[in-house]
Amino acid sequence: MTSVLTGTAVDVKNLSVRFRSKRSSTTALDDVTMRVEAGEFISIVGPSGCGKSTLLKVVAGLVKPSDGQVSLFGDEVKGAQRNIGFAFQRAALLEWRGVRKNILLQAEIRGIDKAKAARRADELIELTGLAGFEKALPHELSGGMQQRVALCRALLHEPPVLLMDEPFGALDALTREQLNAELNKIWRETGTTILLVTHSIAEAVFLGTRVEVMSPRPGRLMRTLPVDLPRERDYAQVMTDPRFGSLTREIRQLLGAHESH
Amino acid sequence: MTVTNETRADPAPPTPAREPVRRIDIGTRLLRLVDAIWRPAALLALIFVAWWVITAQGWVADYLVPTPVQVWERTTQDWSSLMYHSYVTLYETVVGFLLASVLGLATAVAIAYSRTLERTLYPIVLFAQVIPKIAIAPLIVVWFGNDLAPKIILAVLIAFFPVVVSGVAGLRSTDPELLELSATMGASRWQTFRKIRFPNALPHLMAGEKVAVTLAVVGAVVGEFVGASEGLGYQLMIANGNLDAPLLFAALILMSLIGILLFVIVEVLEALLIPWHASRRSATPLTTS
Ligand SMILES: Nc1ncnc2c1ncn2[C@@H]1O[C@H](COP(=O)(O)OP(=O)(O)O)[C@@H](O)[C@H]1O
Ligand SMILES: [Mg+2]
Repeated sequence: MTSVLTGTAVDVKNLSVRFRSKRSSTTALDDVTMRVEAGEFISIVGPSGCGKSTLLKVVAGLVKPSDGQVSLFGDEVKGAQRNIGFAFQRAALLEWRGVRKNILLQAEIRGIDKAKAARRADELIELTGLAGFEKALPHELSGGMQQRVALCRALLHEPPVLLMDEPFGALDALTREQLNAELNKIWRETGTTILLVTHSIAEAVFLGTRVEVMSPRPGRLMRTLPVDLPRERDYAQVMTDPRFGSLTREIRQLLGAHESH
Repeated sequence: MTVTNETRADPAPPTPAREPVRRIDIGTRLLRLVDAIWRPAALLALIFVAWWVITAQGWVADYLVPTPVQVWERTTQDWSSLMYHSYVTLYETVVGFLLASVLGLATAVAIAYSRTLERTLYPIVLFAQVIPKIAIAPLIVVWFGNDLAPKIILAVLIAFFPVVVSGVAGLRSTDPELLELSATMGASRWQTFRKIRFPNALPHLMAGEKVAVTLAVVGAVVGEFVGASEGLGYQLMIANGNLDAPLLFAALILMSLIGILLFVIVEVLEALLIPWHASRRSATPLTTS
């Protein structure tokens, strides 16, 4: 179904990012090296301000590396990347467009065949439970539904890589669990490589094949924790799995150890 | 196994007011209109009655303030000439307003997109705004003659500024994440403008257009004061010179009507263009019926 590419999807080598303003210089990322194989699901956790968003933006080509380099499927990232999907913390929908038209923005700008895009949009609307709300405007939707729309839009062009920056951060626990289950399903069905930034340790472990824990600013990768769970995940089962418990505990300790400094 | 539809627990399913204000029947529409209009209409009626009583009682001399009857008689008597002068003023105002809108929007785009153009244009725009238009009106008439051109130019000069300021504010208010999103879609500058920045700027822009259209009337009339042989401003000067208070009032009322008419047209246009915006949602709530 999807044009799944194989091999190394995202290759980050000795990446540093410094933001300079007139007065000061902030090192957001410091010597980050990370390899993501196609089909992996990487969860990224870390204290706020440690450079998680910056990392995603560099991969998307929206922020330039100060040092090091990033490649997507072997091609060095120079300038904004088109073969990705990006979902933001705030849904970032067009207020004046209904659900379906918001999703189809992706197709309009990319010039994807109309009939094909429409079919894909309907599939995604069905998959994310938005059916019946095709014409509803963003302000008429709950936060969870807005995030679903943003997710559909990010997936419309069947990107080989999906970048998600705390997409469920503003949602209540129940909606969040539900969207997590949907995301797990989408990931399994499409074979998309996903990089997810999250504040929720449980979410990180539930979804990821690997969790990357970052240190406070300047952001470094502090620890890589493989998640040894089957690809298909069920909330109730995962929550009670001893591996889940020990992983979340370990991550909490890693993050907590730094907070006390 | 994954979560099924039955266990879906989205806490805030679409709010009760999900069906937007678009599809409402004629009856409700009329009720809304009445609801919107009766208060100002009542106030106007009150002012009118006060005017009538004060003048009819002779508390104010009728060469200072004429009675409504005198104004009405004068209006019907001079109907065709008043209509002609109204048409001239309306024409100058509309052309001036449209030109100000086009030029103002183009300037706003230039300023919003280019730092260099911003530094070049904004000071000039501001300078043009702070010069009192009434002070330069005679000069403009000297430069451009006695016909329509100087009035249109004055209308443009006076209506231009709010369009520029609101346009720049609107274009700059685009969510940076939307711009990043459009970059990952590979959008061209034009696509980003047409599909994201411009629609996003419309609510701001329309607020500016509403100010601009009322100012355009002022510009046209000021131009007519200074040198004209037609238009309501000219008519008003003539009436003033002849101490013809009824005619003066008739001209004044017609000017106001032109302003109100144009404002309402822009409002309707706004309602059509941005029904989705917070400022237009359920403009007159007619709840609990
Ligand atoms: N465009 C920018 N200009 C200057 N500083 C920035 C910019 N973007 C991010 N930063 C800084 O870089 C650091 C990391 O930011 P960010 O990646 O947003 O962190 P996180 O997403 O982990 O909370 C922060 O200190 C932030 O202030
Ligand atoms: Mg962030």
